[in-house]
Amino acid sequence: MTDPTMRITRRDFARFSLAASAAMLGGSRTLRAAPPSGEPIRIGVLHSLSGTMAISETTLKDVILMLVELQNRKGGVLGRPLEAVVVDPASNWPLFAEKARQLLAVDKVSATFGCWTSVSRKAVLPVFEELDGILFYPVQYEGQECSRNVFYMGAAPNQQAIPAVDYLLSEDGGGAKRFALVGTDYVYPRTTNQILQSYLKQKGISDADVMVNYTPFGQSDWQTIVSQIKTFGSAGRKTAVISTINGDANVPFYKELAAQGISATDIPVMAFSVGEEELAGMDTKPLVGQLAAWNYFQSIDTPANQAFIQEWRAFTKNPRRTTNDPMEAHYIGFNLWVQAVTKAGTTDHDKVIETMVGLKQPNLTGSVAEVLPNHHITKPVYIGEIQEDGQFNVVWQTPRAVPGQAWSPFVPETRNLIGDWRAPIRCGNYDTVKKACLGTRHV
Amino acid sequence: MSERRRRVALLVLLGVVLAGAPAPSRAQTSDRTTSDAASPVDPFAGLTSPHFEAIAAAVGRLGAEGAPQAQAVLRALSAHHLFVAEDGGLYVREGESWTDARTGAPVASAPAGARMVRENNRVRGALAQAMAGQALLGGDAAARRDAAVRLADHPDPAMLPVVERALATPHEAGLDVPLQRARAAMLLSPGAPTTGEQAQSAAVRVLRDAGGLDARAVLARFAADEAAPAEARKAARRAIVTIDRRIRLWNLGQQVFYGLSLGSVLLLAAMGLAITFGVMGIINMAHGELVMLGAYTTYLTQKTLTAVAPGLAAFSLPLAVPVAFLVCGAAGMLIERGLIRFLYGRPLETLLATWGLSLVLQQAVRSLFGPTNVAVATPGWLAGSFQLGGLTITLDRFAIMLFAGAVMGAVLLVLRRTALGLQMRAVTQNRRMAALMGIRTARVDALTFGLGSGVAGLAGVAVSQIDNVSPNLGQGYIIDSFLVVVFGGVGNLWGTLAAAMTLGVGGKALEPLVGAVSGKILLLLLVILFIQRHPRGMFPLRGRGVES
Amino acid sequence: MTGGFAFRGVVRTAAAVLAIAALLALGSLLPQSTPLSVSPFVVTLAGKYLAYAMLALAVDLVWGFVGILTLGHAAFFALGGYAMGMYLVREIGARGVYGNPDLPDFMVFLSWKALPWYWWGSDHFVVAAVLVLAVPGALAALFGWLAFRSRVGGVYLSIITQALTYALMLAFFQNGLGFGGNNGLTDFKDVLGFDLHRPGTRAALLMISALVLAGAMLATRALVGGRFGRLLIAVRDAESRTRFLGYRPDQVKLLVWVVSALIAAVGGALYVLQVGIINPGEFAPANSIESVIWVAVGGRGTLSGAVIGAVLVNLGKTLFTAWLPELWLYGLGALFIATTLFLPQGLMGLGRHLVRRRAEVTPEITRPAGDAA
Repeated sequence: MTDPTMRITRRDFARFSLAASAAMLGGSRTLRAAPPSGEPIRIGVLHSLSGTMAISETTLKDVILMLVELQNRKGGVLGRPLEAVVVDPASNWPLFAEKARQLLAVDKVSATFGCWTSVSRKAVLPVFEELDGILFYPVQYEGQECSRNVFYMGAAPNQQAIPAVDYLLSEDGGGAKRFALVGTDYVYPRTTNQILQSYLKQKGISDADVMVNYTPFGQSDWQTIVSQIKTFGSAGRKTAVISTINGDANVPFYKELAAQGISATDIPVMAFSVGEEELAGMDTKPLVGQLAAWNYFQSIDTPANQAFIQEWRAFTKNPRRTTNDPMEAHYIGFNLWVQAVTKAGTTDHDKVIETMVGLKQPNLTGSVAEVLPNHHITKPVYIGEIQEDGQFNVVWQTPRAVPGQAWSPFVPETRNLIGDWRAPIRCGNYDTVKKACLGTRHV
Repeated sequence: MSERRRRVALLVLLGVVLAGAPAPSRAQTSDRTTSDAASPVDPFAGLTSPHFEAIAAAVGRLGAEGAPQAQAVLRALSAHHLFVAEDGGLYVREGESWTDARTGAPVASAPAGARMVRENNRVRGALAQAMAGQALLGGDAAARRDAAVRLADHPDPAMLPVVERALATPHEAGLDVPLQRARAAMLLSPGAPTTGEQAQSAAVRVLRDAGGLDARAVLARFAADEAAPAEARKAARRAIVTIDRRIRLWNLGQQVFYGLSLGSVLLLAAMGLAITFGVMGIINMAHGELVMLGAYTTYLTQKTLTAVAPGLAAFSLPLAVPVAFLVCGAAGMLIERGLIRFLYGRPLETLLATWGLSLVLQQAVRSLFGPTNVAVATPGWLAGSFQLGGLTITLDRFAIMLFAGAVMGAVLLVLRRTALGLQMRAVTQNRRMAALMGIRTARVDALTFGLGSGVAGLAGVAVSQIDNVSPNLGQGYIIDSFLVVVFGGVGNLWGTLAAAMTLGVGGKALEPLVGAVSGKILLLLLVILFIQRHPRGMFPLRGRGVES
Repeated sequence: MTGGFAFRGVVRTAAAVLAIAALLALGSLLPQSTPLSVSPFVVTLAGKYLAYAMLALAVDLVWGFVGILTLGHAAFFALGGYAMGMYLVREIGARGVYGNPDLPDFMVFLSWKALPWYWWGSDHFVVAAVLVLAVPGALAALFGWLAFRSRVGGVYLSIITQALTYALMLAFFQNGLGFGGNNGLTDFKDVLGFDLHRPGTRAALLMISALVLAGAMLATRALVGGRFGRLLIAVRDAESRTRFLGYRPDQVKLLVWVVSALIAAVGGALYVLQVGIINPGEFAPANSIESVIWVAVGGRGTLSGAVIGAVLVNLGKTLFTAWLPELWLYGLGALFIATTLFLPQGLMGLGRHLVRRRAEVTPEITRPAGDAA
């Protein structure tokens, strides 16, 4: 299955783009490491470039290509150049599994950066466990998973959803007493809403004050649901919407909100899947004040973030290109992997996985991401309000970075579970009451 | 690299962040001193605080008390022109010139360490409230009306004196109702001055007669308030029942409106297909992509117009209508000449070829414009909604309904009243005979397909106002469009209209009952069953040659 | 070729499928260093192609021989897959993430308390095997009975088959239905006690797929050959006339339609065994259209062409999504256009065309209303 011509063209292409960018940026760079040499280290990029998910994932592929290029300019890893192997799983979940197998078995990549949807991650998970690969997953997700072969760089529910609800309950967030949980019908909204419902109950919000609504993927007609929200909000108590609506359906949802005259000061909408990239495709004027919870915003003013934005704009040759949370997650993941390989002195999967836990990498917003024993990381949580220019104005943040929880304590079935991949537990789903590793996962 | 050095670097980084970033409200300790410095006499003091809570409170006071300079400061705040300096001074920046906000006196140079006074929803809400108060006392008639409605919908007892003052001064007749409503709502809101049961019951009656969700919310809150007099609370509960009954009735009408508006979108999307598929018999799987092209044409038109003549940007949508029609029509004719004409008489092969074409078009747009959504702005005259009795009519949806009707009329006119229409019908009814009569069938084919494609482009203009404009746009409409055409009966535009409206209203009627997903599934199954009973749709063409 | 279908190629193609599968299966069992060794990745891929070939064969049976252009055959494929998936999920048993011996993982974390009734018995392979055939078969029978009895034909039928699979897709996306929602069923461990990740199991599954495919090819060939085949042509090319002669075209169509659905369902079951995941995406109308295109590329109404088309198009997809991730869709689109424009008979037609020019029987199933020239 390996075709020599293919590899040559790809390498040629890499060389070409390297030369091009060097010509572009090279003049200002005085400090350059020795050029890497030897057999390249391959990393896989498993993001959909066509189909419905291309809208979100194509950007992440470009981020990895940029990070690879920057790393090669710094001298590669272990003195060897990095080479990105890009494949297109075309938003087709079985194809994700097939491509994952190809990356691991045929291309023999040292690590893979990829997936966006939970279903794509679930589809490749058995492959990564069987062939003992390493996957860096960059998107916020529903939790309830902890694989030895996956590093979860996105937020677990306690790093996004729970703080967001805390904010809405607070005085500054409007002191909401009624919640409409609106989401697309798939596993992330279902699980997140389940966790939130249980959390809201703990906070004294009765079931009658919580409305849950699910819509199909790509829902484009929100008239009925928005008017239902409006009615729900007329009970005399402050109402907030928590939206787990999937990317594509957000534009018509917000347009309908604006058309029916629901402003953020009346009924704020807290979204978990709307970031700068999504806003770039929307007319943001009617959305001012709507909320989003993320671990990164482009508007956060730190030197590291400024540098990253600049590199990104130079790389994409677009001076207005936006950055977003999953991009930062890839930035963190990539640098953690570089650290781990450098520290382990090898790309051997087992050794790299062992080395990862405990590594620290400064994130782009001024704090530090530390890899936890459950393969999640510490992340700060920010609440941002949408501004007219399509950026977010940070109105709240957690005082310190929050460690990610693989298993939610608010779901009865997973209350006692933890993940710990260090000796002696070495288990992703360890029951702390039974003192046993549930199921049979990799040892 | 030692651990300590890394830690030092990190601390420096953190320091930079804390100094440079706008301090979020949680960073409470560092700025405690400034907020404590607020003296009770200075109504502006709260604005210098880093806490949203204090800013909002100050805004509220400014709006209610009407200090001199207050209006200018509020306006500056809402325009992001209000700054606070290191020394606690407040300044307004207009371009490069600075004025002291408290006095209105010009300042020679930019104040040291000025940072913008920040807003969040709380501040924004207070600001809207305060501006409404100001407008009520000093604005023109329209502004006063808007302000009164705003105050009625967001009752804040602190604004009661303002409303009382407005009621006391002579005012136009139209203003009286919203002002009375605002006053009543404020009297029933928490924190209102105690006025006694009589006044409260009167207020309940005012709100009951006003009706609407906002009045209901006020009444519900009042009814739940244990401290309120029992009699008035009972009246409030009865009023809620009355309002709810009225809302339910209006809701039926509202559902019909939603259904018709969904139906209009379906009609627009399906009409082009009704021409190419219904009249010509071509299964054009790239139809959705033509809709997408129309939406992207709208985007480009808007972008170009904004760049060339920013003053006319509001009219980019009317301009996009002919442009999209021509672009998509031309694309359609190109497709017909380059691909479809080789496949006449083989409708199923056409399906496959156009499916391939749709893949190519999607990927081409992805390569050209990028995979992400592009933003098509809604012009001001299409934003928002108006009330028609108890109905909320959203302007964009309403415009789409009118537009769909106009396009339908125009298409019918072309088919029925023009020479081209006559030739089209002749060719579809009997191609060979038409050719013998001297009609250039090839040209008619191209024009018909162009017409259908152009109409798809028009659908794209409409859809750009309510949906994503992305390479995937077309995929979302293709299945529904085919279903509409087949359900209505192939070759019959009125059937298409009836089918679109049936599916729209039916879908919207099912949605509140069984949910959006199950509603859609149910509707699909009903259509499948219907077609199995009536294999040629609602309005089948009858006569010779229907069955081969 | 006016009297019947030409199938000389079917036996040869079936034999070729068996031979290649055997070669790959055996190669995968050899140690990695030997020259003839085959990567397990290739074995899984080949298995997937053969499962798709079953679907293509099913489509060819109804499209090529009865003239029903189905745009919803992936529904039967996916239903068969789900039936098998249910069994495989139950096989995981207590080895799941939560260690719950009764409930699949996705039910545990959505706080289901008990298995829904339609999951009963799914832990037995025999029951699963029956379900693989029974569920899609029953659906096809019901749908076909209603449709053919009322003489729904042509594009109308195409559009409602598409609506059917679309409705099923939406239904299976719902978490409330109890089939794992968008995530579907995945993370299978073993089948009948054999570890699904072992090369031996994989090789065996590939061989089984090849045998089943070859068997299905020969069975369909037997079905459409001979007298019954001639009746099929009559139904396809002149349905009304056949009816006037006293035949019952609706029953003929129904029979072939159900058989075709069963073949697709078995393909789906084999697919799940080898690909290891089944989710509502398999119901997507695009998948059904693609399966029609495999048939068109290979050559409609030839049986062998369906198999060859399915394997070649999917092989191309595998290669080009890796080599030209940004451009492959252009290629796929162009392939469809080129096939319909220049290869109306598909690759098989091209082969025959090179041998001899011959009079063409254009299978014109339907003409749009009013286009009766």
